[in-house]
Amino acid sequence: MRVGLFTTCLVDTTFPQVGDSVIRVLRGLDVDVEVPRSQTCCGQMHINSGYRSMALPLIRNQVRSFAGYDVVVAPSASCVGSVRHQYGDIARSSGDDSLVNEVAELASRTYELSEFLVDVLGVTNVGAYFPHRVTYHPTCHSLRLLRVGDRPLQLLREVEAIELVELTNAASCCGFGGTFSVKNADVSGAMLEDKLTCVRQSGADVLTAADSSCLMQMGGGLSRARDVARTLHLAEILASRR
Amino acid sequence: MTYLGLPGAPRGVGHLRGDQPFPLAAREALKDGQLRENLRNATTTIRAKRAAVVAEVPDWMELRASGAAIKDHALANLDTYLLELERNVVERGGTVHWARDANEANDIVVQLVKATGAIEVVKVKSITTQEIGLNEALARAGVVATETDLAELIVQLGHDWPSHILVPAIHRNRREIRDIFLREMPGVDPTLSDDPPALAEAARRYLRSKFLSAHVAICGANFAVAETGTLCVVESEGNGRMCLTLPRTLITVMGIEKLLPCWQDLEVFLQLLPRSATGERMNPYTSMWTGAVEGQAFHLVLLDNGRTATLADPYGRAALRCIRCSACLNVCPVYERVGGHAYGSVYPGPIGAVLSPQLTGIGDNASLPFASTLCGACFDACPVAIDIPSMLVHLRGLAVEERHEKSRLPTPEWALMSVLAKTMDRPGRWNVALKFVRLGRLLPRRAGALTSIPGPISKWARYRDLPRMPSRSFRSARQRDERRGQ
Repeated sequence: MRVGLFTTCLVDTTFPQVGDSVIRVLRGLDVDVEVPRSQTCCGQMHINSGYRSMALPLIRNQVRSFAGYDVVVAPSASCVGSVRHQYGDIARSSGDDSLVNEVAELASRTYELSEFLVDVLGVTNVGAYFPHRVTYHPTCHSLRLLRVGDRPLQLLREVEAIELVELTNAASCCGFGGTFSVKNADVSGAMLEDKLTCVRQSGADVLTAADSSCLMQMGGGLSRARDVARTLHLAEILASRR
Repeated sequence: MTYLGLPGAPRGVGHLRGDQPFPLAAREALKDGQLRENLRNATTTIRAKRAAVVAEVPDWMELRASGAAIKDHALANLDTYLLELERNVVERGGTVHWARDANEANDIVVQLVKATGAIEVVKVKSITTQEIGLNEALARAGVVATETDLAELIVQLGHDWPSHILVPAIHRNRREIRDIFLREMPGVDPTLSDDPPALAEAARRYLRSKFLSAHVAICGANFAVAETGTLCVVESEGNGRMCLTLPRTLITVMGIEKLLPCWQDLEVFLQLLPRSATGERMNPYTSMWTGAVEGQAFHLVLLDNGRTATLADPYGRAALRCIRCSACLNVCPVYERVGGHAYGSVYPGPIGAVLSPQLTGIGDNASLPFASTLCGACFDACPVAIDIPSMLVHLRGLAVEERHEKSRLPTPEWALMSVLAKTMDRPGRWNVALKFVRLGRLLPRRAGALTSIPGPISKWARYRDLPRMPSRSFRSARQRDERRGQ
């Protein structure tokens, strides 16, 4: 099985440790993962901001970069969601029939990390050790776009020495929303404030999720409040060893 | 896009457009702590009720799919079904009027009311008439309109605007309502308490005299059945029933998308609507009438006001499936923080963010499609499966493209997006660009200095610190490691 890591532009530029963690987790399971160098960004930011025509070359680049891989894995539910749920429409409106087929085919073999581990590899125990109190925020796109359900929690429950604590109102949005966070900064800030109140009530030291983007919002809020809790991507916890 | 020949909702009349863009209006609304508390309490309660009664229907997803399919079929065959509805209403003694837009509808209703000689009317199910600004048109003609839905009455007496489709006074708590009644309701008991039964009793006494004296009633409709010519209004208070039955003339103003092909279709919608709307298994009052009944003249005004234009967009037309249940408002994290007024339209929340810009044309409500994090809670809650997040993204595209076509100079955002796209389009360029990520380390991460930089960074820094930028991008670090033979 040839596996390609769909790094995502945010991980590439800002959270490289998340990409490293995915590679460590997968290598630990004897999956040799490659990182295609020609990948850049899936185009979701352009699509969701209304710049569809600019996203089209990025979609083509994504298709080209991951041609030849049996499976594409990304540490982001949101970016996988874009490939699965947005590429089709953009390809159709471009009038390029071969692109329509290519994106459908790409979508069928693109997985978010927890989906790949649980559904494709059939693994819930990745051999991780993480002796901390952790709460899990199900990001909107993992929950309602990909429907990953409790797969991330299945993985977290198997982590040795972890203490999982519940997050109230877990399913409500953290307020990130891509460019929403700056276009509607005040509403975004109000949503963030409520989310962080729940994080504090959980008593967790670590807040984790399947998307670095939402973690950037919540982590930025925790840092601003000089809160002791920190954010870590799911992959970082799964890559932790004794 | 197919042009079907009818224009959008006209400017200068009705309430589909706000005075300011959403982010500014929302910023104002967020300052109102009382509003946020009222909204949080109300939406939390309705959300829980809805979730409970939806969960007890084993075939909810099938019902939802049926609702969507029936509406799509009706919308695809509106031309046939509208004529069938007209034929059946006329056959049963009613009169049907066709209104291209808000102005035509207002003129028709004003003429009808004036012809009766009435100077006051009672109203119920008023949102469509608020869309077109009917109360103002009636006032200009010297006719006083009284809202009889309790929440609408609170809003009207408070010289205020509805902030929710179903619970128009959701932004008010009972103390505020008591104060409004004491200030505005003629003949009210000056010792009125804020006990809900006492407030309801005060409204009841006030409205009873209106029901008994008004000769004309104006209402909206939840559904119209083409096959039989039957109109349907569902409500909780019984005030609608009084409105529909007591006055000598009944005028219904209905958007053309409210149509259902057959009587049997009501089976689906009378299950979907109350459970999604008030979280009840069945609403307390369901009134249906066909044509004119003895002793009462009946007029049906069919309103377009941008609906046909909406129907022309294959990616946007599903918004016309909406049955105004408000489930999407109640689950929306944005709505919950800012309330309905910030949307500037009588249709607030997620459905408003896709409906209002389509009714008016995207240019007049260009900020609304961006008033969402695309969290998807609305789509899950929608009883007719309107994919609101995808529709928002589609409308964002239209908003950006229209703005770009209109102005010669690209906006700063356009320029930034264009540079980014060109960089990301070529892996070589992206590789080079990534070598500069470490420059991000020069930025201060905390507020202070950051908030003074114009543009997105200062807006980010209003509420969060920047992430600590790495010394190397993921790929640069890998390339270095590979060179070192690791």
